[in-house]
Amino acid sequence: MATPENYISVDALAARVPDGALLALPKEEGGGAMAATRALIRRGVRNLHLVCVPVGGMQADLLIGAGAVAIIECSGVSLGEFGPAPRFSHAVRAGTVAIRDATCQAIYSAVQAAEKGAPFIPIRGLIGSDVLKHRTDWKVIENPFGGGDPIVVLPAIKPDFALAHARLGDRYGNVWVGERREITILAHASNQTLITVEEIYDGNLMENEQLIGNTISSLYVTALAHAPRGAWPLDLTGRYVRDDAHIAAYAAAAKTEDGFRAYLAEHVFGTRAAA
Amino acid sequence: MADYSREEYLICVLARMLTGLNAVAVGTASPIPGCAALLVQAESEGRTRAMILGSAVHNAFNDGGAELHDRAAQGRIDAFFLGGGQIDGEANINLVGIGDYPQSKVRFPGSFGSAFLYFMIPRVILFREEHSRRVFVPKVDFISAPGWSPDGVYRRGGPYALVTSLCVFLFDRTRHRFRLDSLHPGHSLEEVRDNTGFDFDCPESVGNAPPPEPARIALIRTRVAREIAEVYPQFAKTRLKRAATPS
Repeated sequence: MATPENYISVDALAARVPDGALLALPKEEGGGAMAATRALIRRGVRNLHLVCVPVGGMQADLLIGAGAVAIIECSGVSLGEFGPAPRFSHAVRAGTVAIRDATCQAIYSAVQAAEKGAPFIPIRGLIGSDVLKHRTDWKVIENPFGGGDPIVVLPAIKPDFALAHARLGDRYGNVWVGERREITILAHASNQTLITVEEIYDGNLMENEQLIGNTISSLYVTALAHAPRGAWPLDLTGRYVRDDAHIAAYAAAAKTEDGFRAYLAEHVFGTRAAA
Repeated sequence: MADYSREEYLICVLARMLTGLNAVAVGTASPIPGCAALLVQAESEGRTRAMILGSAVHNAFNDGGAELHDRAAQGRIDAFFLGGGQIDGEANINLVGIGDYPQSKVRFPGSFGSAFLYFMIPRVILFREEHSRRVFVPKVDFISAPGWSPDGVYRRGGPYALVTSLCVFLFDRTRHRFRLDSLHPGHSLEEVRDNTGFDFDCPESVGNAPPPEPARIALIRTRVAREIAEVYPQFAKTRLKRAATPS
């Protein structure tokens, strides 16, 4: 099926994100919006407040290395079995990016609070950790319904934009995410949701009783782009496997600023860059 | 040398800590804990469910990344594994960095689920193969998650044991200290002391844990090796390679 007319290009999708936006990315396990991330870097986006839900990987490392990120909020950034995320680690050490360390459940909870339109949400744990100590935006209150025990409350995280890659999108603007329900939560919580899709679904996802449950309704989708192999070099569940050689080469190159610049020149700005 | 590998020994040590539990979750980059959970699941005839993050087959979660944390929050995950770039004698763990925060000298990936899950999961097993003074320090530089909490702070979970490449420590939750429980074959108390930066309790004599049971070795080399290869093909090939050799 041809790309529907209401779809825009990946570069036009990335152009929607203004400098300084609060941009949320779902975790990359099972697929991330890599093509759109490269487009964001090509467009030269700056001063992003990046929220990784709840962890970041190659997308965060690329954006930080490219100088696009002012603040990163996450419970961790790494390249998984390919080791530390080199540009992230370097930028935090150098102080060129402000880090707001969190823990997974804190980020999920704060995004779910925004989904519910609640101003804040309580969360167990955290007390006594240096994660809490350094989060001046988090507070400890007395549990008003219990014995007055201390409990942490977090302000809701309402992203300006969520950006994700999904397997199927239809011509009506609906998107199927399968088991990637954190994308659904993010879409519900965010002011705008930008999605690249791997394939076009020939029909209406909202009319397919097997797919509707794990479909994000067009109600929540601001813009769509068709990006075949849009998660490369990451894997996409059920579609293609991870390009291990490429990620290993990235992990090695990005250890130095020069190596990272050469990687960007070749794979993001260069002729060999995938869309 | 006995007829088992170091990996098989560690898998059996961990498996003994999981036997009889209902729900065992294993996070990313944890092949040996993953094997232990799959081994106990295989032995349990349906009682124990192993939830291996990254597995399509052995992972009963399908409601997105928050589900593990929500289920743990309800008290419905019995055991989990954590590590640490640094771990100290009070079982505080540091997954953030070495030196002053935030511009750490060495920056690790981050605290991940620890600052929540360490409080919520009754039996957290710290598994860190590198047994060195670099890892086992007197005091962590950053507390991703504390090993214990004062009275009045809601806490149903915490550290149960610390398993390394040299030995097994159990954590005493009243004294907030580790106690050496067993040495791995071929390793001595002196070696553990030399490579541990924190003070720990030690009984008068410390022996080895029992060797892997033959039935468990057989399961590891067949079913567990097959199952773990779905998530950790490289590990299954290189570190469980005896499994592939017909005996």
